[in-house]
Amino acid sequence: MSGKGEFEPRIIGFLCNWCSYAGADLAGVSRIQYPPNIRIIRVMCSGRIDPAFILEAFKDGADGVLVAGCHLPSDCHYISGNFKALRRITLLKEVLKDFGIEPERLRLEWVSASEGDRFASIVRDMVKQIKRLGPSPLKSKEKNA
Amino acid sequence: MANQKIGAVLVVGGGVAGIQASLDLADSGFKVYLIDQGPSIGGVMAQLDKTFPTNDCSMCILSPKLVATGRHPNITILTNTEITGLDGEVGNFEVKIRKRSRYIIEDKCNGCGICAQKCPIEAVDVFNKGLSKRCAIYVEYPQAVPLKYMIDREKCIGCGTCYEICKAKAIEYDQKDSEATLNVGSIILAPGFEAFDARLKSEYGYGRFQNVVTSIEFERILSASGPYGGLVLRSSDGDIPKKIAFIQCVGSRDFQLGNNYCSAACCMYGMKEAVIAKEHTPSNLDCTIFYMDMRAYGKEFDAYYNRAKDEWGIKFVRSRVAGVTEDPRTGNLFVHYVEDETPKTEEFDMIVLSIGMRPPKNVEALAKNFGIRLNSYKFCETSSFSPVDTSKPGVFVCGAFSAPKDIPESVAQASGAAAKAMSVIASERGTLVAPKEYPPERDVSQEEPRIGVFVCHCGINIGGVVNVPELVEYAKSLPNVVYAEANLYTCSQDTQKLIREKIQENNLNRVIVASCTPRTHEPLFKETVQEAGLNPYLFEMTNIRDQCSWVHMHEPKEATEKAKDLVRSIVAKAKLLKPLKKPLINVTPVGLIIGGGVSGMTAAVELSKQGFEVHLVERENELGGHLSTLHYLLDRDDPKAKLNALIKSVMENDKIHVYLGAEVADLTGFVGNFKSKIRQRNGEQKEVEHGIVIVATGAIEYKPTEYLYGKNPKVMTQHELEEKIANGEFGARNVVMIQCVGARNDERPNCARICCGQAIKNALKIKEVSPETEVYVLYKDLRAYGFKEDYYREAATKGVLFINYEDERKPEVANEYGKIKVTFWEPVIKEVVQIEPDLVVLSAATIPNPDNKRVAEMLKVPLTKDGFFLEAHMKLRPVDFATDGVFLCGMAHSPKYIEESIAQACAAAARATTILSKPTLEMEGIIANVNEDLCSGCRICEYLCPYGAIEMKEKDGKPIAHVTEALCKGCGACGTACPTKAIIMGHFTTEEILAQVKAALVEVEA
Ligand code: FES
Repeated sequence: MSGKGEFEPRIIGFLCNWCSYAGADLAGVSRIQYPPNIRIIRVMCSGRIDPAFILEAFKDGADGVLVAGCHLPSDCHYISGNFKALRRITLLKEVLKDFGIEPERLRLEWVSASEGDRFASIVRDMVKQIKRLGPSPLKSKEKNA
Repeated sequence: MANQKIGAVLVVGGGVAGIQASLDLADSGFKVYLIDQGPSIGGVMAQLDKTFPTNDCSMCILSPKLVATGRHPNITILTNTEITGLDGEVGNFEVKIRKRSRYIIEDKCNGCGICAQKCPIEAVDVFNKGLSKRCAIYVEYPQAVPLKYMIDREKCIGCGTCYEICKAKAIEYDQKDSEATLNVGSIILAPGFEAFDARLKSEYGYGRFQNVVTSIEFERILSASGPYGGLVLRSSDGDIPKKIAFIQCVGSRDFQLGNNYCSAACCMYGMKEAVIAKEHTPSNLDCTIFYMDMRAYGKEFDAYYNRAKDEWGIKFVRSRVAGVTEDPRTGNLFVHYVEDETPKTEEFDMIVLSIGMRPPKNVEALAKNFGIRLNSYKFCETSSFSPVDTSKPGVFVCGAFSAPKDIPESVAQASGAAAKAMSVIASERGTLVAPKEYPPERDVSQEEPRIGVFVCHCGINIGGVVNVPELVEYAKSLPNVVYAEANLYTCSQDTQKLIREKIQENNLNRVIVASCTPRTHEPLFKETVQEAGLNPYLFEMTNIRDQCSWVHMHEPKEATEKAKDLVRSIVAKAKLLKPLKKPLINVTPVGLIIGGGVSGMTAAVELSKQGFEVHLVERENELGGHLSTLHYLLDRDDPKAKLNALIKSVMENDKIHVYLGAEVADLTGFVGNFKSKIRQRNGEQKEVEHGIVIVATGAIEYKPTEYLYGKNPKVMTQHELEEKIANGEFGARNVVMIQCVGARNDERPNCARICCGQAIKNALKIKEVSPETEVYVLYKDLRAYGFKEDYYREAATKGVLFINYEDERKPEVANEYGKIKVTFWEPVIKEVVQIEPDLVVLSAATIPNPDNKRVAEMLKVPLTKDGFFLEAHMKLRPVDFATDGVFLCGMAHSPKYIEESIAQACAAAARATTILSKPTLEMEGIIANVNEDLCSGCRICEYLCPYGAIEMKEKDGKPIAHVTEALCKGCGACGTACPTKAIIMGHFTTEEILAQVKAALVEVEA
């Protein structure tokens, strides 16, 4: 994907199995098109997503990270995992600033199993936004070093 | 032979009720035939967008059940199928069926959908209520189970395109209908309901005015997968409406149409649709609901009603709408109605008609085939004490077919019907189902990872976009991959065989499939590797169809690169995969029931019929609970006689051990393995072991502080009045009843559900024993839902005066010189009225048992704000707690009528049987493990676990986290939070996920 002129962001998506992964599937079933920049990693619940995973993604060259779980308040299949994710991601955004990473590169979204459209538009939107931001500052630092 | 009982059950109707009944039966060791007239199961619930009162996404909560039903080894789903005849009797029925042709060979169709992509014909999409189009070859909805296409022969032109394109060779144009005979021991009828045809209410303009839609059409409009992708649009011009009117009771409570009954669910779904419409519309959408009584009688429903008014700003107008007219130029609509005795007209952009429920289509033929009696509205006839029995032994009923009802009640009834259907053939449990045997597991711990990758073409669904041969070559180049190949359909039967062979030939110890979604297909492949002697957790999947080829259809190059990244990433994870054990736990086949009212006793009897021993603990010195305070019932059944018979059957049952004046003092353990201490009347403690717990602690009557209760002997509660009438002490000439005492107020916002029925019952009784007596009922909303509407009408016809009051103008009761005076506003004559009744009867709320708090803490289960027990899920798990092995029923759940308590009690027994019928339970292998050396004993995990699965245990003098395998659900919240990384999440370990991230981001030169 590199070296073709236009910058194509690389995005890692952590999706919970029950709602968001199902929503992403529905986007497919409904053939809703979105840019091919996201690589999805399935976890059982958004409450499983460790800030360390996200930091690792940025360290390894991700330009953006999407975390998606079941809608608040009550859709999480493990009662409250989505709230845990909300708390962790909010804190992590602060930490990202210290690393020089714009917090907009990390997004937390709630996507239900019937929101294929919403999932696709989130990805579209994210790709657009990150294109505007340019490559991850972490990446260029590495390259320069 | 004729008397030989058969361990199989026929379930008629694949809606949510039929699905729940099938799952409970199949999980308890019975063979199930689930038949549906349509091409897929799911029923009306599959068409809904959101569900009240939680606003949960309907498909999200239903689809796991659909998949479980579709995959269950004990369930055979027969779609497009009708009953043509029935023979035999309870225990041994012979059912004749006819299966209409799909023109598709079901075993061959993979549901890939390429045929529908290419089909040139457009037909009306019935699932989307005719609001959009589908092809002549179709599935009803994307998540349909079974996912098998079907040809609409009326629309098909026979062009042969699908025949040519179908790589699975599944098309068979000349397929014939087929007939068969099924042998079953019992039958459950769950055919659901038919929506009222709104054209019959011609004054509302449905069918004439484009912007008048029905509530079911509106559900599809709201749905993200509906005709407008979840946007609320008018069908006349595609504009976003600014003002929507909802008209309630369309086809319900309608004497002219003969549909006198109330459809029971429309008030709530109408409100929900208004709320969701506001959420889905960017501008300030104005929603008005025209209603007669807002019947928000269910658990937490009034809280929802209050939010709809106060938070979401929905307007409510109490009026029966007279008619609707249209402005033909704008397509706008005028609603004509009467409010405060004044005729009014208001303009709207769109109108939604809350249509009622009718008995299912062809109900007469159904009744004739099964030999069951229907009631006067042609719903299935049942009675208060036998809510799931039909008039024919061995044939049971659940869901809307017995009376209009909402989803949780249908689900509870479904489990209840399952209990009954099982109990008549309990001796045959397990005779027609065989547990699957697998070869012994190969030990791979000493082997280097040897990974096999199977890439699916999915016909051309993947292969048409992603360069599959290139992907296979790429997979071969990855470290530890020793084998890779492409399949036309990796999920087909012959490929399963091939995968097993390749595992053997190449000594594979990790298997990856790159194809569609693990949500539907992972169980199949896990089974396949297990059949080849591998631990199922050595399997992984990556989704290169739904999340790749289908969403990047015009970018084959990028899609191929993405697929490579996905495969590389999953290979990196697969290298680290560890075999996991599914913990097996033993089950003590004994039940413990807390509470000896009608619910607890019914549950006990039902469990004993399944063959299990039961400990029944009652705090009072006798059995009966709330029911013992009743002397007569709305449907004129004799509650005393029924109660005595029930008590007798409990006391004489040698499987049921009754403890009176006793309580459960302590309870420990987990599903299958509980231990309790029962403190008995004589002070002695008895220790019992049991596999499940059913909470049936009931509820009590509120002791009013309002309206001079307790200060004046002429003021009493409905129960006290009932007692008086029963004892022949009633002699009043003038009675005022006041509804909602202690309910629907600031302290207790929710409705107590049964008081309206109680008031009507007592009013009718008064009219019976003393026809001259004047009865006034002062009410807020008369919540006589379902067929209870008939009794409301009867009371009104007999001269009982029902007078509405609002919160702003509550009636007043005063004591003047020994005389009691009631003052209230009469809204029809618009005057303040004062009367001097002989009796003031307060419809006091039913409130939670004060002991609930203690029981909840002991069982570690939650209560609602009001103090009733809170179930695992308000919609689909009405009698389960989130804690496995603990169930609830009856008024412990919320106030309810006897038939509802009995249905729930049977349901709790059925749910409990899914556990007690198994000698051992196999738990999920994806659970948390603690590395004791790393654990610092900080307790964060213990605090975070939503299931109470982690507790601290002393080891070498320091506290160490310990996971109770049976309680862990594998969400991973603990592992993520553990500061020392001592908790390892099976199959989603930190190392595995990090490897996946790293590999996904490796730069490769294309
Ligand atoms: S399961 Fe989706 S966020 Fe918890």
